[in-house]
Amino acid sequence: MASRSLYSEFTKGIWKENPVIILLLGMCPALAVSNSAVNGLAMGLASTFVVVSASSIVSIIRRLVPAQVRIPTYIVIIAGFVTLADLFLKAYFPAVAKSLGPYVPLIVVNCMIMGRAEFFASKHTLLPAIVDAFGTGIGFTWVLVVVGVVREILGSGSIFNVMLMSEDVFTPWVVMILPAGAFISLGLMIGIINYFKNLKAERAK
Amino acid sequence: MTVILVFLSAAIVNNLVLAYFLGICPFLGVSKRLDTALNMGFATTFVMTLAAAITWLINNLILVPYDLPFLQNVTFIITIASLVQLVEMFIKKTSPPLYKSLGIFLPLIVTNCAILGLALFEALREYTFLEGLFFGVGGGFGFTLALVLMAGIREELEFAEVPESLKGAPMTLLVAGMLALAFMGFAGLLSV
Repeated sequence: MASRSLYSEFTKGIWKENPVIILLLGMCPALAVSNSAVNGLAMGLASTFVVVSASSIVSIIRRLVPAQVRIPTYIVIIAGFVTLADLFLKAYFPAVAKSLGPYVPLIVVNCMIMGRAEFFASKHTLLPAIVDAFGTGIGFTWVLVVVGVVREILGSGSIFNVMLMSEDVFTPWVVMILPAGAFISLGLMIGIINYFKNLKAERAK
Repeated sequence: MTVILVFLSAAIVNNLVLAYFLGICPFLGVSKRLDTALNMGFATTFVMTLAAAITWLINNLILVPYDLPFLQNVTFIITIASLVQLVEMFIKKTSPPLYKSLGIFLPLIVTNCAILGLALFEALREYTFLEGLFFGVGGGFGFTLALVLMAGIREELEFAEVPESLKGAPMTLLVAGMLALAFMGFAGLLSV
């Protein structure tokens, strides 16, 4: 039973309670850095790292923190790990760090991470907290990568920086890598997912 | 002159919400009605201006001289959180009617990435104090503008027939996309 509930804690973040498409948390990074697949992947992994580490620390110290100051405590813990991730990216992947720019430090205010710390990690033991955070991180990452792939194919005609079509066959839709494209592609993606969910619900009737 | 450029750039050309995706959560959450959108915008502008000034001082008087810019993240977020708390207490004490209309929005502002983003951009671009101040006012103005435009459109959308699967968040995102497209028209205005 215990292992099964752990498994469901993990999968719920990926689909049923996906941070971006269902809960609409962490929209800022999801829109801002999904202009290419590589950026989406890097952002997703960095956020996964932060959410897993922050959730584990929050879960370990959950009995030591007085309820009144828990939010500031969580923010400081999260900010610490974000600084770690930021420095790591700058040191080992300078090109990616440069294209993500100030959006790496902005992981601090990603409400998805705060949400996991506040609603789950502060009430559970270490193992479920890690599993839950990891599931959420993966759920966040796949949405970012999918949106990134779609926008990169349409906007620059490439995928993971590999050119798919030459410029004379396919004129890139520049708007897709611009801000407007982010809103429209994510909106359509959530719409399509809703369509299939409605279809399934109707069939079930 | 540069001060005006910074203001216009932050408010319109590089609108925080529509070009930098900062503050999307309140943008999607609090844009259902025009009057709440306006109040939220004012509250945010107020905090943003204060935050821009204070984080500038902290960054340039403490962090940079002592070679500590890697602490920017942690210090800025703590500064903003305590600033919001202070503003809340101050308004509650001095102006109860204002507190009544802004009160519930203030705690929400802590997690508004537009404020932290603004502070980080301000540090990154090495603005002077005055430029930073105008950057804060401009950013707040741009945020209010985007929020109010969005709320106006959404109030009209209530009467439109939106396809079932696009209701709610997807439609809001699509409308935001069109607003962003419209704001791209300003892109040629300045090159800051």
